[in-house]
Amino acid sequence: MTEQTATAPAPAAEPTELEKRFPGAVKRDARPGYEGYVVEAGKLREVATAIRDEMGYDYLSSVTAVDYFSDAPNANNFIEVVYHLYKSTGGGSLVYKVQVPRDNSVVPSLVDIYPGADFQEREAWDLYGVKFDGHPDLRRILMWEGFNGHPMRKDWKEPYFEEELKPFKNRWPEGQVYRIEDHNPFGRNVKYPAGFDPEGFRESADPALYDSLERAARAYSEDIDTEQVVVNLGPQHPSTHGVFRMAVRLDGETIVALKPVMGYLHRNHEQIGERNTWIMNMPFTDRLDYLSSMSNNFGYALAVEKLMGEKAAPPERAQYIRVIMAELTRISNHLWAIGFLLNDLGAFFTPALYAITERELILDIFEATTGSRMMCNYFRFGGVARDFPAGQLDKIKDLVRERLPRKIDELDLYLTQNELVRSRGENVGVITPEEAIAYSTAGPVLRASGVPYDIRRADPYGIYDRFDFDVAVRYHGDVYDRYMIRLDEMRQSLHILEQAVKQIPEGEIMTGKNPYQVRVPAGESYGRVEGPKGELGYYVVSNGKANPYRYHVRAPSFINLTILEKMCVGSKVADAVVNLGSIDIVLGEVDR
Amino acid sequence: MYGIGVLKGMWVTLVHFIQTFVDDIKWAGKRYYTPEGIAHRSSKDTKGIFTVQYPEEKLPVPEEFRYIPILLQEEDEHGNLHDRCTSCGICAKVCPPQCIWIVRTEDPVTKRPVPEPVDFFIDVDICMNCGYCAEYCPFDAIKMDHDYELATFDRHVQNIYNKEKLSKPVSYYAKIRPTNYAREEALRAAEAAKKVEAAAAKAAPAS
Repeated sequence: MTEQTATAPAPAAEPTELEKRFPGAVKRDARPGYEGYVVEAGKLREVATAIRDEMGYDYLSSVTAVDYFSDAPNANNFIEVVYHLYKSTGGGSLVYKVQVPRDNSVVPSLVDIYPGADFQEREAWDLYGVKFDGHPDLRRILMWEGFNGHPMRKDWKEPYFEEELKPFKNRWPEGQVYRIEDHNPFGRNVKYPAGFDPEGFRESADPALYDSLERAARAYSEDIDTEQVVVNLGPQHPSTHGVFRMAVRLDGETIVALKPVMGYLHRNHEQIGERNTWIMNMPFTDRLDYLSSMSNNFGYALAVEKLMGEKAAPPERAQYIRVIMAELTRISNHLWAIGFLLNDLGAFFTPALYAITERELILDIFEATTGSRMMCNYFRFGGVARDFPAGQLDKIKDLVRERLPRKIDELDLYLTQNELVRSRGENVGVITPEEAIAYSTAGPVLRASGVPYDIRRADPYGIYDRFDFDVAVRYHGDVYDRYMIRLDEMRQSLHILEQAVKQIPEGEIMTGKNPYQVRVPAGESYGRVEGPKGELGYYVVSNGKANPYRYHVRAPSFINLTILEKMCVGSKVADAVVNLGSIDIVLGEVDR
Repeated sequence: MYGIGVLKGMWVTLVHFIQTFVDDIKWAGKRYYTPEGIAHRSSKDTKGIFTVQYPEEKLPVPEEFRYIPILLQEEDEHGNLHDRCTSCGICAKVCPPQCIWIVRTEDPVTKRPVPEPVDFFIDVDICMNCGYCAEYCPFDAIKMDHDYELATFDRHVQNIYNKEKLSKPVSYYAKIRPTNYAREEALRAAEAAKKVEAAAAKAAPAS
């Protein structure tokens, strides 16, 4: 390399295929700590199609936005939409971004190229106000229609706003104790838009939803002219696994259109995460998918460790502990999922309680090691919080070698050949492999459709490349296979666990001193793990300060719901409940 | 034949049902309301009834179990209690939901800050039991309690804990977390010995 290029602000590397193909429209992202390409908004669809069809990046993992905002005069303010893509055959990522001005943020929609972008674009519209030109159904998704403003923008303030960043001054050093509600009572804590008259407010969320249902139903035609009815399943209904609502349009008992409605549990997790310091986010990730908190910890720790580099590489023993905990979490999650899928099928609570017994024994181990059964808060940047207490590893060995294999076999004997399970599950809610990839489904849903894509194998993280295991895969893509795949995965997890408890070495569990404030170099990173429900990704952006600048969660439960309508249309309304159960969602993660 | 699968499944439930009675008979009435019985029910060999009759029976909590934080106080030879806390503020700064307020004071004569806090508040409604305050406290002054029965009638009056309510003697901590306590005391003793040694080394060349 010549002197000149070495001193240039951004060393101009050899242009890649993509840059040659679209000269001027695709540029390398030259900011330090960033990767991928910046694509011109006008060319986005063309570039995205080329990347999908010619380069083979057929799996759109995550779409999100970042608000680069500063109230300094002449600051370069813009909104960036970030796309993460992978190949369904495995390998690393391709990242591209589109930058648009904040006051007129319009980006062409990719829904017809990647149908899996549907909900994610709606989320970016809802939280960041990015208009996706050409999106068929661009409504808010987590907030309600009629909400004022876009809450993830950096200049938006929540009703009980205290300060931009934690720690808050009145806690330290001031020490003035008060409840924020007392200083800022309800009613005076909200700002209305100029000229807004609360008396004249007309609710617009439901009309918009029913409009959208009607539009979706137009494609459906019958010989006989029948009257279609709209039925709301949920939000308060045991079969929806929480506060989730499906608005369906029915022709007789057949579903003509279905729109999921979510956000009842929305707490703007990402905004909370951006107020928090880096380490403070760890216990908050527990509360996403509260049935598998260890996996959530794992993903977040990976994303931040990627940014921190070598000094946060966990020691050997910690790596093994992480794998053991993550796999135990997977088993306990799948036990729960199978139990509740059977509940949805009408086998009320007997299979669920048999499964929960085993889950309890796993949670006992979590409690003894981490201090809490569900909100484990166990991972740290560069290791784990504490070692196994005396005797716990033996308990894990006993469970893994003796009890769990027997109990999983028992569950298998109990349910798998049951004629009722088969007739309710086989050929119900079928997803073809092409659809599964296009709709960005992940985890058991993807693998039950015959796509052997498991991040532990496709793009290994931690020490998963050392273990011998099979990627469980089933080929029918129906509810029954989504049940079977969970049994298969539990058996594979036990196989990994057996190797891990045998090989685990003695030693340190933490690299460095576990400081209460970590220094994270500026840049972006995307850490993803194969969570029990699918690909769980964390997109974090650091500006070198004590708090993350952007903290985004690619929630598998949320994105797996994109395909729900496709699964249900044309089938009977009773199958909608089963289809939802077979996706296995947790509303803490869907609504965030 | 159609129905074999259903029958097999029912066989599994029947086995579970019978096991319940077999296990009860084997234990001859000792399976419930005894510590051994409770330990058996949460072991890998458990069969039959799995549930625990709370509140008559309670599962023992493991040592690492964490709930609301407590402040530790040391007793000196005159029976006076001293806070281990030095109001350094790390717990307030690391607390994710920001539920800790520390009120500091200064000596009226010397105008220098007094290390022991005047008051210390934790809003237990906001506390998310993450355990960071205990984990990052450099003085082993704040620890997580085991008491999980905290229901009250009025959160506005009773759920902001002050220093008086949060403080517990060190002996209480040693009782609920014996191995942690032993480990920390060993570390503190080693630290103190090092200090004495360093002081001695400093003094030696001077004499």
